Formats: sequence, C-alpha cells, structure tokens
Amino acid sequence: MTAQPASGGEPFIRLVGVKKVFRARREEFLAVSDATFDVNEGDLVSIVGPSGCGKTTLLKIVAGLFPHDGGTLEIGGAGSDFDPARDVGMVFQQPLLLKWRRVLENVLLPAEILGLPMGEARERARGLIDMVGLAGHEQKYPYELSGGMQQRAAIARSLVHDPRLILMDEPFGALDALTRERMNLELLRIWEQSRKTILFVTHGIAEAVFLGTRVVVLTAGPARMADRIDIDLPRPRTLDMKTHERFGAYARHIYHLLGVE
Amino acid sequence: MGPGLSAQTIWRWTAIVLVHLAVVLIWYIAVEVGEVPKFVLASPQETLLSLFDTYPWFHNTMVTTAEIFGGYFLAVVVGVGLALLFSWFRTVDTLLMPLVVSLNMIPKVALGPLIIVWFDYGIQTNIIIAFSISFLPILITTARGLREVEPDLIDLVRTLRATRRQIFVKIQLPGSLPYIFSGMKVAVVLAVAGAVVGEIIASDSGLAYLIGQVQVTLDTAAMMMAVILITLVGVALYLIVLGLERLVVVRDARVETV
Repeated sequence: MTAQPASGGEPFIRLVGVKKVFRARREEFLAVSDATFDVNEGDLVSIVGPSGCGKTTLLKIVAGLFPHDGGTLEIGGAGSDFDPARDVGMVFQQPLLLKWRRVLENVLLPAEILGLPMGEARERARGLIDMVGLAGHEQKYPYELSGGMQQRAAIARSLVHDPRLILMDEPFGALDALTRERMNLELLRIWEQSRKTILFVTHGIAEAVFLGTRVVVLTAGPARMADRIDIDLPRPRTLDMKTHERFGAYARHIYHLLGVE
Repeated sequence: MGPGLSAQTIWRWTAIVLVHLAVVLIWYIAVEVGEVPKFVLASPQETLLSLFDTYPWFHNTMVTTAEIFGGYFLAVVVGVGLALLFSWFRTVDTLLMPLVVSLNMIPKVALGPLIIVWFDYGIQTNIIIAFSISFLPILITTARGLREVEPDLIDLVRTLRATRRQIFVKIQLPGSLPYIFSGMKVAVVLAVAGAVVGEIIASDSGLAYLIGQVQVTLDTAAMMMAVILITLVGVALYLIVLGLERLVVVRDARVETV
C-alpha cells in the first residue's frame, strides 16, 4: 500500500463546501458547488464527471489560478510550509511543450522560471526523463516524438521542481485507447516511485477507478459533488483488476451517480 | 537532417535549376522559331549581351539594392518594434490595431507620388516608399504571433508565478519568431515593388529608372535585363531571409508561406 495518512492524521488538502460562480454578462453560472473532500499526502485522487461538471475549474482553484467564492480550501494543513509556486506541478490534456526547445530544455522550464540552481535541475531533469521512459530522447524536439512520448515529457516537466502536488487535467484524453492504457500503468509506476500527491481529472470512469486511491464524482447541471469513494483495490494495480468484481461494482456505482445506466 | 546532402536535397536543387533553364530554353525557341522582332522580345543571348552596352548597370543595380535592402530593413525594425509595443501596452493595441488594418487597405503604390512630394526624389525617398509598402504585413503577423499563446501554457507558468518578463522572453517571443519570418517573407516582394514604384514615378537612378530611360529607344534587351537584375536582387534578399529562418526557427515551428 502506498497511500499513507499524513502525520497527525491531518489531510494534505481539505476542501469543505468549495463553490465557484462565474459571471458572464448578467448571468451567473455555478461552476462548482459543495465540493467537500480530503486528499491525504501521497494519495492519487481521481476527479471524474461529465463535461461542464466543473472538474477543471476545481483543479484550477486548487492550483491557485483563481479564487473560490465560498467554502474553505486548505492545502498542506495548519502551519505547513506549502509554497503554492514551488509545490504545484501541472499536466494538461495537450503536452504544451515549447516547439523550439529540446526535451531536456522543455523539462527544465519550471526550474528556470523558479530560478533554481540549474546544475542540480539539469541532473534531476535527466533522472526524470529516464523515469518517464524517455532516456535517449533528451536532445529531440517535440515534433520528433509521438503524442504519448510528448505527454511523458510533460509529466517529467511537472516533476522537475520537486513539487509536493501534481495536478493533472485529462492528461491522457488526447491519446489513443491503447496508449492511454499504457500511460495509466506508467503513471502508477511514476507515482509510486516519486511518492507525490496527485489530483487526476478525467471523464473516464474506468480510468478514475483504476488509478485512484479515492474517486470524487462530480455531476453537471447543476454542478455539484455527488460522492467520494475510497477505492479498495490491491496495489500495485494491474490491468487484470479491470475485470475484478469489485472494480465493476465501483464503476457501476459511478455510472449510476452520473445517470448512465 | 544529418550532415552532408541527402539524395532528396540534391534532387530538389536539381529540379529548381532545371525548371529555370527550361524557361530560358522556351524563351529562346519562341524568339528564334517565332521570328519575334527584337524590339518586342529580345532573345536570351541578346538580353545577356546588353550588359556590355554602355548603361551604368553596376551603379543602378547598387542604387536599387540599397533602396530595397534599406526599405526592407526599416520595415523589419519598425514592424517588429510596433508589434512589441502593441503586445506590451494593451491600450496602444486597442487604439492602433484597427488603424493598422485600415492602413493596410490603402493601395500603397498610390502613395508613391505623395511621398515624393513630401521628401523630394532620390534614394532616401525610395527607401521610404519600399518601407511603407512592406512593413504592415510584418507588423500584423508579428502582433498575431505574440498574441497566439496557448492559454493552458500561460496557466502552467502562472502556477509557477512567472513574471510578465519571463513569459515574454521564454514563451511569447520565441513563439512569435515563425510568424515574424512569415511576415518577413511576404514583405520581400513588397519591398522590391516599393523601390521600383519609387524609381518609376520620379528618380534619377536605379534599375527601374533605367527601364524608363531605355524604353524611349525601344532597347527591349536592356529593359529585360533590368527586370532580371531587379528580380535577382529580390531573390538574394529572399534567400538571406530563408537562411536566417533556418538558423533561428526549429523546422516544425516554421510557417509555410511561398
């Protein structure tokens, strides 16, 4: 088991009734409401829901990209040394690599922006490139890599400044089904090796259950949190588990919550 | 591409040379077989031989080159410079971008006589005409390139608390380079046209001026030679820009124009 409770039993991230309202012209639009869940340090929590359920918005609130309009959000617990600039890594659906930089230089971007010592960062970047399975591709340009490989580089980039929290917004949504399965297994391996806390947004129910120590289910129209489910499946997870009875039960429960039957 | 020339590159260059030679050959055959009078269409060899006539070819070529290169250089500096101002100051962009779009609609060739009235004729004036015709596409494409940044990428660096300066230096500026070059490639043709327009309207030297001079004596060979030389100056400038682009812009990021 990799999931470990934070010392003192206090969660790493705590959301209580988090709400976000967008205003466009004179209309108000409720993007997130009643998001209430905990994330323990070292957990991989999936957030699943249909388009428009506010899952990306929620992720961006946690990233500190915009404020929430109600409820409380605590990251790192009381008196923690969580630094929102240094301790967040992000991965999006698109790899968003800089076309004019080689893989190594792309991975180094966060270190450059944060002004970290470049010698160490370079060393670390090489190690991460190995870890995500891109050894030997350091000097290639993004266009020389496949979509899956580009996303691996993006994952290495999200880890280069050694953040405590990685936020992933449908990182494998643009990949073909087979590559996606492979990347799921890779992500679990990377997660277990790096021991980071990961928030993983997806609209794939099976993906959410397969990856998560916990799954947060959001519904759309109106946006609200429907449930949070602890996934009690053995680790390390293998593809065989997708045929497991308990896996099916979790998935069926989420389908039900999302009104797909 | 690796070191040395690949078979594909050699074939491409061979094709370029062959196609041009074929045109000269067709030209030659048309004149010889068609028995076209010399004052209508001179043959390739007559055109080439006109270089040995007493016209000041070298001087005029230098004048036209100076006008084209000078106007073009100004256009790049001013076009890119203004685009940077637009991207740094939103108010400037809001106020001036619509104006730029209107200005772009003006048939700038028609401004030639006015510019000559304002600045008197000469090399400097033709530089200004070449500049005024060619800087707008550079400004417009550069401004677009600076604007075109993936919103998610901005989010990503914002979580790292990147400064505006860092975003500009690391993302916006290198990201806009392909656009700058695409504008610069379009502008080459316009700079050549600008210099020619200036010389034809009023001037006392330059290859297009020479065309006007020899037209009176129906020296078709010299007229055609002048056209060829102007074209070669344009091609030289274009090749310089292409070479620079190759140095600066990663292959995949290049914007194909011509």
